[in-house]
Amino acid sequence: MDIIDILFTASFWAATIRIASPLIFATLGELICERAGVLNLGIEGIMVSGAFAGWMAVYSGTGLWVGVGVAMAVGMLFGLLHSTLTVPFGLSQHVVGLGVTLLATSSTYYAYRLALPEVTSPPKIVAFQPYEIPLLSDIPLLGPALFSQTPLTYLAFVLVAVVGLVLYRTPLGLAVRAAGENPAAVAAQGLSVTTIRMGAVIIGSGLMAVGGAFLTMSAFDSFFFEMVNGRGWICIALVVFGSWRPGKAMLGAVLFAAFDALQIRAQQTSLGAQVPYQIFLMMPYILSILALVVMSRRAEVPAALMVPFNKGER
Amino acid sequence: MRLEPINNPSFGRKLVPSALALSATIVIASLLAMIAGANPFSVLGLIIKGAFGSKFALLETLNRATPLIFTGLAVAVAFRAKFWNIGAEAQLYAGALITVLLGTGALAWPSGLILPVIALIAVFAGANLLLVPALLKTRFGVDEVVTTLLFNFIFLLFISMLLEGPLKDPMGMGWPKSARLIPEARLPRIVEGLRLHWGFALAIISALCVWVIQTRSTLGYEMRAVGLNKQAAGFAGIPVNLVLVKTALLSGGLAALGGFSEVAGLKGSLTLDLSPGFGYTGIIVAMLALLNPLGVVIAALFVAGIFVGADSMSRAAGVPTYLADIMLAVALLLMVFAIMLTRFRVVRD
Repeated sequence: MDIIDILFTASFWAATIRIASPLIFATLGELICERAGVLNLGIEGIMVSGAFAGWMAVYSGTGLWVGVGVAMAVGMLFGLLHSTLTVPFGLSQHVVGLGVTLLATSSTYYAYRLALPEVTSPPKIVAFQPYEIPLLSDIPLLGPALFSQTPLTYLAFVLVAVVGLVLYRTPLGLAVRAAGENPAAVAAQGLSVTTIRMGAVIIGSGLMAVGGAFLTMSAFDSFFFEMVNGRGWICIALVVFGSWRPGKAMLGAVLFAAFDALQIRAQQTSLGAQVPYQIFLMMPYILSILALVVMSRRAEVPAALMVPFNKGER
Repeated sequence: MRLEPINNPSFGRKLVPSALALSATIVIASLLAMIAGANPFSVLGLIIKGAFGSKFALLETLNRATPLIFTGLAVAVAFRAKFWNIGAEAQLYAGALITVLLGTGALAWPSGLILPVIALIAVFAGANLLLVPALLKTRFGVDEVVTTLLFNFIFLLFISMLLEGPLKDPMGMGWPKSARLIPEARLPRIVEGLRLHWGFALAIISALCVWVIQTRSTLGYEMRAVGLNKQAAGFAGIPVNLVLVKTALLSGGLAALGGFSEVAGLKGSLTLDLSPGFGYTGIIVAMLALLNPLGVVIAALFVAGIFVGADSMSRAAGVPTYLADIMLAVALLLMVFAIMLTRFRVVRD
């Protein structure tokens, strides 16, 4: 099969949407944090914790949606830790973020080893199944790609609209954006910058964890070490790529996912027989860096990103 | 609640928060050991015994600390100038790659010549690997955190490609592993019969050199100035971007030297599991050392001790080794918090 032919298969587009879904959850989560002025480098670890927590909950007998809730709650706990240290106490967002990633990852692995001490291959759960939307899923090419996905994927795309609406059309969204642009003005309005920022980081971290849970509860059906594999860092690049806007960030995630789906399939082609597979695996990361270079020039970085706000300081 | 800076912190204020942070780390580790069904006192005892309890354990700890001193220095140098190099992992592999490229027969020189040449070229390679993110930052304003992180993934795939392709050892029974270094390219042991190589001495010397650069040279002064306040440094006539690039070169070079030391001193060949995350652990080492180059040596010994001790504790007590990583993460977070408390007073309003 040729590379061009791949682009016209429904399975390629279905895979693209599937690969994009966890990225969309986590990118939206990071975007909310950064819009409020906090860089959350805990994302990678929080995704690992969400992937395990959601899967473990379902494995222990809860329903799938309860599992998503558990993942979100665990993510929010790490968000609470991150924001407590970075917002009222103003600690370095780089160091705390990396610390949270390390803590979330290692405590997840510790919990996994304690919960399942003697397993060589992790047990499986019954994951979310594709739900074919009546009528729409019958459209050729588009139907199987867009409208026969799991409910969690639909939720990801609905959330893009919800986050966009809240950020740009509600007083709450205005307060969040202002906390990231001009916290002093927010404080002058009598609002608490600390509360807004902490809230944004906690909600954002919850979404990151749901992004992780997508991997174990929708894309696959069990938990593996290293399964997040740098997706969190890619989401940070996607936020920049999307100029801190939910819609653009979603487009970035889909573009990135299309590239990822393409490289997996290109490995099976005659080209893949000649080129080492590592070259294909490198492509998504190289693409992310190139995207950053192109977009950084005209990106509208939130003015107070990574700037702690301390009341009474001028 | 708000923070008020303290101008002259008392001795107690400097000491107590850090001591509390370390105690709290031990308490949390004990609780986690209890959750795993083990006796916390015996777990902590086993960690200490496994790390420092015998000559073999101590040498193992020193060996594990060696690459961490290099990556810790790399991070400390960069973070001091607020250049967030998270890519020490890739730079370490760059140094390791150069070592096997030149040390497996390409250069057939005596030890006294081949080792310094390989070390210098390794430093050059690591420095250049970090030059790309540094220039992307100074030219295009691309955040170096993300680029250095992504470079880790790209470079490890690159190494994997070489190990399965041109660098693959034909005698390696099909494993993705490079050929072994020629004897001249191996770093000798410091004392014959003891499993500790000259890489450790090189690490200590590097720490001293970095300390001299940071405290006694113009570059060190400029790096601190850029880290404290970029605008002010610019107004004072310091070429900020040039200083950042120099910092990056120094940082990348130090991490690469760690790769050279691991391959030439310990392993003798390159595999994909050369580093179990030394580059990332270097961040913890540097932070625990408060970015002080001499402190890096002590912090690296502490961190290496926890890892080595946890390995042996896990075999004896059945508690997962990830306890070590949790302890380090908790120690890191509590230490940055403690350092804040030495400089600020938390006031309720």
